[in-house]
Amino acid sequence: MEVTLTINDRKVVAPEGSTILEAARAAGIRIPTLCHHPDLSNVGACRLCVVTVEKARSLQTACTTPVFEGMVVHTESEDARATRRFVLEMLLSDHPNDCMKCEVNGNCELQDLAYEYDVPFPETGGKRHEYDSDPDANPFVAVDRNKCVLCGRCIRACAEIQVRNVWSFASRGFQSKLVAGADQPMLSARCESCGLCIAYCPVGALYDRLSLKKARANKVRKVRTTCPYCGVGCNMDLNVSDGRIVRVTSTPEAPVNGMALCVKGRFGYDFVHHADRLKKPQVRRYLIEGGEKGRGEAWDEMVEVGWDAALDISARRLREIRDAHGPDSIGVLTSAKCLNEENYLMNKFARQVIGTNNIDHCARL
Amino acid sequence: MTNSMDDIARDAAAFFIIGSNTTEQHPVFGAMLRRAVSQRGAKLVVADPRTIDIAEFATLHLRHKPGTDILLINGLMRIILDKGWEDKAFIAERTEGFEELGTLLKQYPPDKVAAGTGVPAELLYETAELLATSRPAAVMWAMGITQHIVGVRNVMDLANLQMLLGNMGVAGGGVNPLRGQNNVQGACDLGGLPDVYPGYQKVTNEEARKKFESAWGAALPGNIGSTVTEMMPGCLEGKTKALYILGEDPVMSDPDSNHIAACLKACEFVLLQEIFPSETASYADVLLPGACFAEKTGTTTNTERRIQMVRKAVEPPGEAREDWRITAGLAGRILAGGKRSVAAGKHSNWDYTDTAGIMAEIADLTPSYAGVSHERLERGERLQWPVKDATHPGTPILHVGRFTRGKGKFVPVEHVPPAELPDDEYPFLLSTGRVLYHWHGGEMTRRARGLLEVYNQSLVEVNPDDAVKLGLNGNKRVRITSRRGRIEATAWVTDRVPPGMVFANFHFPGDQNANVLTIAALDPVSKIPEYKICAVKVEAV
Ligand code: SF4
Ligand code: FES
Repeated sequence: MEVTLTINDRKVVAPEGSTILEAARAAGIRIPTLCHHPDLSNVGACRLCVVTVEKARSLQTACTTPVFEGMVVHTESEDARATRRFVLEMLLSDHPNDCMKCEVNGNCELQDLAYEYDVPFPETGGKRHEYDSDPDANPFVAVDRNKCVLCGRCIRACAEIQVRNVWSFASRGFQSKLVAGADQPMLSARCESCGLCIAYCPVGALYDRLSLKKARANKVRKVRTTCPYCGVGCNMDLNVSDGRIVRVTSTPEAPVNGMALCVKGRFGYDFVHHADRLKKPQVRRYLIEGGEKGRGEAWDEMVEVGWDAALDISARRLREIRDAHGPDSIGVLTSAKCLNEENYLMNKFARQVIGTNNIDHCARL
Repeated sequence: MTNSMDDIARDAAAFFIIGSNTTEQHPVFGAMLRRAVSQRGAKLVVADPRTIDIAEFATLHLRHKPGTDILLINGLMRIILDKGWEDKAFIAERTEGFEELGTLLKQYPPDKVAAGTGVPAELLYETAELLATSRPAAVMWAMGITQHIVGVRNVMDLANLQMLLGNMGVAGGGVNPLRGQNNVQGACDLGGLPDVYPGYQKVTNEEARKKFESAWGAALPGNIGSTVTEMMPGCLEGKTKALYILGEDPVMSDPDSNHIAACLKACEFVLLQEIFPSETASYADVLLPGACFAEKTGTTTNTERRIQMVRKAVEPPGEAREDWRITAGLAGRILAGGKRSVAAGKHSNWDYTDTAGIMAEIADLTPSYAGVSHERLERGERLQWPVKDATHPGTPILHVGRFTRGKGKFVPVEHVPPAELPDDEYPFLLSTGRVLYHWHGGEMTRRARGLLEVYNQSLVEVNPDDAVKLGLNGNKRVRITSRRGRIEATAWVTDRVPPGMVFANFHFPGDQNANVLTIAALDPVSKIPEYKICAVKVEAV
């Protein structure tokens, strides 16, 4: 069933049961939001999405109010705009004036709204919270409650998508505060370290600890790729700055996982730049100087060589062994961590170049 | 997987998870299942000796004894038949061999199955009823089913169950092995197995062989090759003289590590292409630095047969190179001399300039990848194989309306006990696996700062009752010994494991690696080792 309503003097048709926000967005009409996220349930907490509905006694929150036949909505009424400005003033009056060094500067929903509604940072504030700026030594999530806007998106993401219920609000009113479990460290509150709360935080209250001070969120190049760990095959964006991966972010466009990733996918990338990475081909000395393996440590020591030398030596040894003992004396182990294209080449290598079907990988292990 | 993760999470009335620690090993899919259970009331049966994390969401949790999967599945099928709950229309139209199955199931009455599995008969009835009244149901498993000497039979029996219930070829149903490594599916698909060319075309099939011989311009062997579990011991027997290993770490991940190390030592020439000096690297004669996932472009195939792009984001360190370049360089050099000659063929060359070109060659030779190209993927098309041609949209669900082989065949399978069960000398049963914060041999995750911070040593799960008997108070160090080796680790005293069972992982090297203990007893068909069961002795240190 569909209903017809009027938004800003335009006729809009929307499915029955949709919210004003959904109807407006589908018609290309923008209504600002903060606590709303399309993946999550609506709680109507922030009141940024208020609109005027004719005949209603007060402003309505567009994210929670269902449409009805003949409804007349004004999204840019004087009242609505003033209320939004007031909400933003209140939020800023209890927000650190920290954009200069905030990780999410330029990538922050609060900043964008303040910009849009022309709300300056208040010269003199009212009562401000002064929380410890990094109270939980969690290795993945850096928490700064001073920046929290109490939208509850992290709480709902954890409860509704990850189904882990780590986060909640303790107390009410000005005392209201985001807590893990019974105000515990996250890891003691059964956190699985998936980082979804960070992905849904509209400001810099929850941020990737591994990425702190690496590069601002809006100053990176994002490369869409597939996770290197398990067979679920989550897609994600490698955030690159200065030739290094500084962060992994999720994207709603990922076919399998949407915004979700697990701890390995989101936080397990720094092996890429680890000092242990092999950087040069190495061969055992006996292969360069002639003679046999196992004649003593000096002969068996590993030495760095150029690519041509390493490949020539390897090709020579494999060819000698193949020609002397037959192709089946050689075994090829391909890799479940490498690309399809690379696995195909390993299969072609074993079968065409060596002439053996001795090829396998760790599928069984 | 015959089905896709999203149709399973969306459409299954019930999930049957057996031998998969889903929320720790396939975390994002695990969370999808939790969502389905808590938000739309899907039913969940978990069959696992351990109280794994997802058991918390289970409608029913069956803690059957390790190594009794067939007993359990046969027992459930027997009850379904006795009650007349089977899908008679599906069986009549789409399957064969049903009578034989019925005959075999006579030997699996509930009381016998209850005694053998340790699952109360009442719970068996409840489970059978749940599966009978919640259709479609999707069955999911992982290595807990396959890493047994009866791994292949276990899988066949789960297929029997799903055909009996008519849960095949429908959204929300199917038989769904969750693949471990990011590209284990692709490695299997593209010929990384001793018996098949890309696309599972058999090396013993004359026609397939001819096709590849002409494409590659070389005579190809018609015999099935050796598996890794055969190649390795072959080094000691003098059969394997050289190994070319790409990005694998057999010392960490193969059973009975001490034996594997001896094999590698005995091998005349070991060529290893790796990103780290792994445990296996100390046995290499040549060590070539490859590129990791972030340093190259190409594709991988996930557990639901979805082919996806991996894209280069950063340069490989130092002189490290993309692995496909290294293999191609090596191939060209070998072919330049020696006894084996290669004639001109459509795809005999190795002069690749990018992986898109390699994918074009794959598509030309592999029917299930025939319509796959980087170009389509870059355009945002979502492709799950089989993708039959350049306009085919791919196949999210297999066996709709018809099985690949025509009729689905019931294959009755009998219970066989594990190769090594606890006895007086080695009274505990050891099972192995992985944990949330680490990955396989740990080469990557032990080098990821945050992961190591949360989980920095191997923990062995020990039941509290056993801990008391062993005198594990205060100091929680344990020594675990099997017939093959010994490890020392810290115990995690927890009732995740039942009394008499311990669980260890293989993420940390040396004397913390559970694969020092495991047994290289193989499934006769798949050659998968029985990692999930061996007998050990546990002592407080
Ligand atoms: S993010 Fe986690 S669940 Fe997703 S593919 Fe990577 S390892 Fe698997
Ligand atoms: S977005 Fe509607 S109340 Fe917050």
